[in-house]
Amino acid sequence: MSGTPLRLLIVDDEAPARTRLRDLLADIAVDLPNVVAGEAADGVEALEFLSNEAMPPVDVVLVDIRMPRLDGIGLVQHLAGRKASPAVIFTTAYDQYAVRAFDLNAIDYLLKPVRAPRLLAALNKLRELPRALPNAAALRSLAPEGRAHLHSSERGRILLVPLAQILFLRAELKYVTARTHEREFLIEESLTHLEQEFAERFIRAHRNCLVARDAIVGVERETAADGETHWLVLLRDLAEKLPVSRRQWPQIKALLRQE
Amino acid sequence: MTSIRQNHGPFGGPALPDFRNLGVWLRVLVGTNALAALVALAANGEWAELPVELALLAASVEPSLIASLLLLHFLQTRLARLPYPAGVALVAAIACASSTGLHVLGISASNPSVFQEGVFRGLLWTILDVAALLCYFHVRARLQSPALTEARLMALTARIRPHFLFNALNAVLSVIRSDPRRAEAALEELSDLFRVLMRENRELVPLSDEIAVARQYLGLERLRLGDRLQVKWEVESCPPDALMPPLMLQPLLENAVYHGIEPSDQAGEIVVGFTRRGEQLLIEITNPFHPEAQPHGGNQMALANIRERLMLFYDLEARLDTELQGKAGSVDCRYRVRIAVPYRPGVTT
Repeated sequence: MSGTPLRLLIVDDEAPARTRLRDLLADIAVDLPNVVAGEAADGVEALEFLSNEAMPPVDVVLVDIRMPRLDGIGLVQHLAGRKASPAVIFTTAYDQYAVRAFDLNAIDYLLKPVRAPRLLAALNKLRELPRALPNAAALRSLAPEGRAHLHSSERGRILLVPLAQILFLRAELKYVTARTHEREFLIEESLTHLEQEFAERFIRAHRNCLVARDAIVGVERETAADGETHWLVLLRDLAEKLPVSRRQWPQIKALLRQE
Repeated sequence: MTSIRQNHGPFGGPALPDFRNLGVWLRVLVGTNALAALVALAANGEWAELPVELALLAASVEPSLIASLLLLHFLQTRLARLPYPAGVALVAAIACASSTGLHVLGISASNPSVFQEGVFRGLLWTILDVAALLCYFHVRARLQSPALTEARLMALTARIRPHFLFNALNAVLSVIRSDPRRAEAALEELSDLFRVLMRENRELVPLSDEIAVARQYLGLERLRLGDRLQVKWEVESCPPDALMPPLMLQPLLENAVYHGIEPSDQAGEIVVGFTRRGEQLLIEITNPFHPEAQPHGGNQMALANIRERLMLFYDLEARLDTELQGKAGSVDCRYRVRIAVPYRPGVTT
């Protein structure tokens, strides 16, 4: 990385705040060559920018914490599920809770108004010691309620899919599809990862399928052509029935019994 | 000088209560009737006759009591200018006059006692009652000593969210290179705003001053939020000389920006309205409501703070309520804060 300039993405909902960071980055370019690859006004725009594979990858994202639609922590939660993701430095004007959590988890952050020497130091530190995104435990302490959406990329746009609307998640070849009442969304995350992250919301019904616990209204027995019988999960307001594997049947049965 | 009138005089000495204040009226009514009930209880011979005696006593006490309070209500402005002893004498005189006057008019003729003796008794009783109540108000004022009340007011006086201060400074820094004039203007506004925030805010101020502070604040927020922040003022139906407690608008607007504008990437409108309804001044602020961005406790804290300050300024006569307009979760759902304070025109002397 030493020869090529550092590529940065600035994410902040306030235009003046983005301008200010741009100015500062230009000021420190003598000491640390850098290019601003782009700007985004919120987490969704940032995800769109980072999902664009035609662009060379971004090294560092400077991200504000409080933003509409998808905030800074939310953005990092979404990035955490990806294969390759940039380093992240948070910026905040004043947020004592977040700052305390950052300190506890040794996450780098800059206080606004950001000062050039501080920005330079943070970027130099990253260059010497490339840092992974905050781990799952750190993210949990930053946002105990977890993320509220999954995201789906469609023709360069990022759509946020509210978790509460997802009835089931199914692995199909390369992707995972999330089914809501209205339609399906393609999700670029692994089912195993999703199962770990949302163990409280979804239950595994089959090797390739996670079902929202609160969407299950019952089960039904089905006899296949070869004479084997198995169970199907019935979902609230959806005609589609999902097969339950022999291995997962005890868990599903226990869940139904609880209700 | 319509500050915390009830608690201290213009020079810090003892002062009479504000007879236009509903809380004062309530206390006088309850106090006098309690005294009357005690007297009836002490004089009572036959237990079974107590209710009748109480009713008779009330019938003779109430008309003159209310007449005195009404007189005091209208004389309040004059009364407030008198030195304390003269004020006390005037209050006693008014009470005695209304007691005797009503006696003469025969309103309490149902009282079977001899006329002359009745007058004398009534006067003695009235003077004792006035003395007891004024002592009570004096002690109460001493307990809520000006220093203490002022300290509470100072502590409660709206504190700007640090979030706003640092964001505003950041916004100013960001335009300094590209638009020095705008940065200059913004710093001037910021300094004006802080001058107001840091002065001693214990006197009522004209509405126009409050609006000026609010506009300065919103101007600074616009610098960083741009067109996302839309503000509509509805001030036509309100006299600009009305007095209100200082720094009530700014914290409410800060809440409106924080909860109503910042959580959305779309433009949102804050509507600020003032209306005079009879003897009341109504202040209404509405902003878009975003249910997903509400977990903070900061809003409730700001509201509790304002409630307490209203209490210190107006006792029971001011009200603050909040309400959701429209279905929660719908696009046009709005959050409304409404404050009602007694209408007091500013003195133009």
